[in-house]
Amino acid sequence: MSGARLSTLALSDFRSHARARLELGRGTVAIWGANGAGKTNLLEAVSFLSPGRGLRGATAAEVARRGGSGGWRIAALFQTPEAVREVETGALPGEPRSVRLDGKAAIQTDLAHLVPVLWVVPAMDRLWTEGAEGRRRFLDRAAMSLIPDHAEAALAYDKALRERNRLLREGARDPHWYAALEARMASAGARLAENRATTLTALAAAQDRAETGFPAADLAIVYPEGAAPDTEAALAAALEGGRRADMAAGRTLTGPHRADLEAVWAAKGVPARDCSTGEQKALLLSLVLANARALAARGRPPLLLLDEVAAHLDAHRRAALYAELDALGLQAFLTGTEPGLFAGLGASVQCWEATEAGGVTTLAETAAP
Amino acid sequence: MAAAPADIDALIALMARLPGLGPRSARRAVLHLVKRRSTLLLPLAEAMQDVARTARDCVLCGNLGTEDLCAICTDDRRRTGQICVVEDVEDLWAMERSGAFRGRYHVLGGTLSALRQIGPDELRLPLLESRLGPEGVTEVILALGATVDGQTTAHYIADRLSGRGVSVTTLAQGVPVGGELDYLDEGTIGAALRARRAV
Repeated sequence: MSGARLSTLALSDFRSHARARLELGRGTVAIWGANGAGKTNLLEAVSFLSPGRGLRGATAAEVARRGGSGGWRIAALFQTPEAVREVETGALPGEPRSVRLDGKAAIQTDLAHLVPVLWVVPAMDRLWTEGAEGRRRFLDRAAMSLIPDHAEAALAYDKALRERNRLLREGARDPHWYAALEARMASAGARLAENRATTLTALAAAQDRAETGFPAADLAIVYPEGAAPDTEAALAAALEGGRRADMAAGRTLTGPHRADLEAVWAAKGVPARDCSTGEQKALLLSLVLANARALAARGRPPLLLLDEVAAHLDAHRRAALYAELDALGLQAFLTGTEPGLFAGLGASVQCWEATEAGGVTTLAETAAP
Repeated sequence: MAAAPADIDALIALMARLPGLGPRSARRAVLHLVKRRSTLLLPLAEAMQDVARTARDCVLCGNLGTEDLCAICTDDRRRTGQICVVEDVEDLWAMERSGAFRGRYHVLGGTLSALRQIGPDELRLPLLESRLGPEGVTEVILALGATVDGQTTAHYIADRLSGRGVSVTTLAQGVPVGGELDYLDEGTIGAALRARRAV
């Protein structure tokens, strides 16, 4: 396997983990235990090895252990073909999250270049039925995994958008100020749109190539207002032309921040939002696996975090998932309430049992089921 | 453990507000000073008092000096028709250290930000416009950071000055002098490639 492999993970005062240290091999990691034992917290810690707020969308203050010092720390070692890379992230009480790469201060977006992290969590079960924001975030996370610079474009666009929205709400009329912000938005927004389109193409190709027990989805980016400008010049013109309407609304009504991801179960021609709950979950998992496949084909296999996924799949799909993880040879972290759920993962699986007492999680390595 | 006397604690608290110092390094610095009262602390206190009494912002460019007009603004040889716009005084000093620029400056005192409530008037931009004619300005050089705010501000100034009969330029972005490509991030290499020129 090429790419970066997580070999050591150490947590201090992160959620329910006062102190934990895991030495990881090449295979899949399975964590089992009762509800509330701290399994998802461990996956969340791994998700903090990528830019952003992790798989629960939490702030630095929210992940600090209750009853702890108020600060927290995650340290990880990655084995890459060239070298061992050290990642450290954490926060002092009341301070924002900081990142160190190989002992030197770094910024969060640097993490996107090291290893992509993908996840499926129960909160995403409603991805296809709830608002567009979740699907847009899902799409951007896929784009960021394939195109690490996407994070920077997204941040630049978001910053200029928030500035412009503030001007709109305050009723500012300085045309030069709008023009300056719209130029930034157009430049970053065109990159966003291009990266998203590239991502959709890559996901479609990865689905086409795969022999998998999971359903394929036809994907499209859609906008509430129909077509949307996606070149820099067209976006700049649309923003300038929309100032009056935007001012009346108090926010920017056109641009890539309005995009939505539409998925249709290809074999049945049924939109994802109209599929059954189980089918929706299968589609989601299928897309994340396609994303992982596309990354593995580029020599950057991701860390894959699957929270409570195994329990919700029928035996046929669970076997298909495990076969796929094995074929991709990537590092996956799975959680479940019973060790028996992981029986099909083969001998290389590493198992930990999570137990909780007094709000603190203990992890104990157990034999493979 | 007994804490430091109140006066020294107050000094530590003040020092900790300086950029680059935290509570721990402020404590070390103050302890260092207090141990060397006659050789370091008193001369430092006197120097700080002198600066506090004499330092003022140049009413024209915003540079720091000891008169209403700074040494650069009173030097006629620097009336070259070029004004270099920088975000802060430290950027002006960096440009001066290079010795590469012989014109005058205009210090904005920040960058445009609606979210931080910093508008054109807070940035001394009307003053910049008022300098163009009287100082015979032909070129405004924007030397602002390559951040979203810096670039927005640069675009804003260029837009606002268009049609005023001055050319507006910005610093190039690309390979640093003595730098190796291998150490550059993708964005910088991309910018350098776009700004390539014939040799």
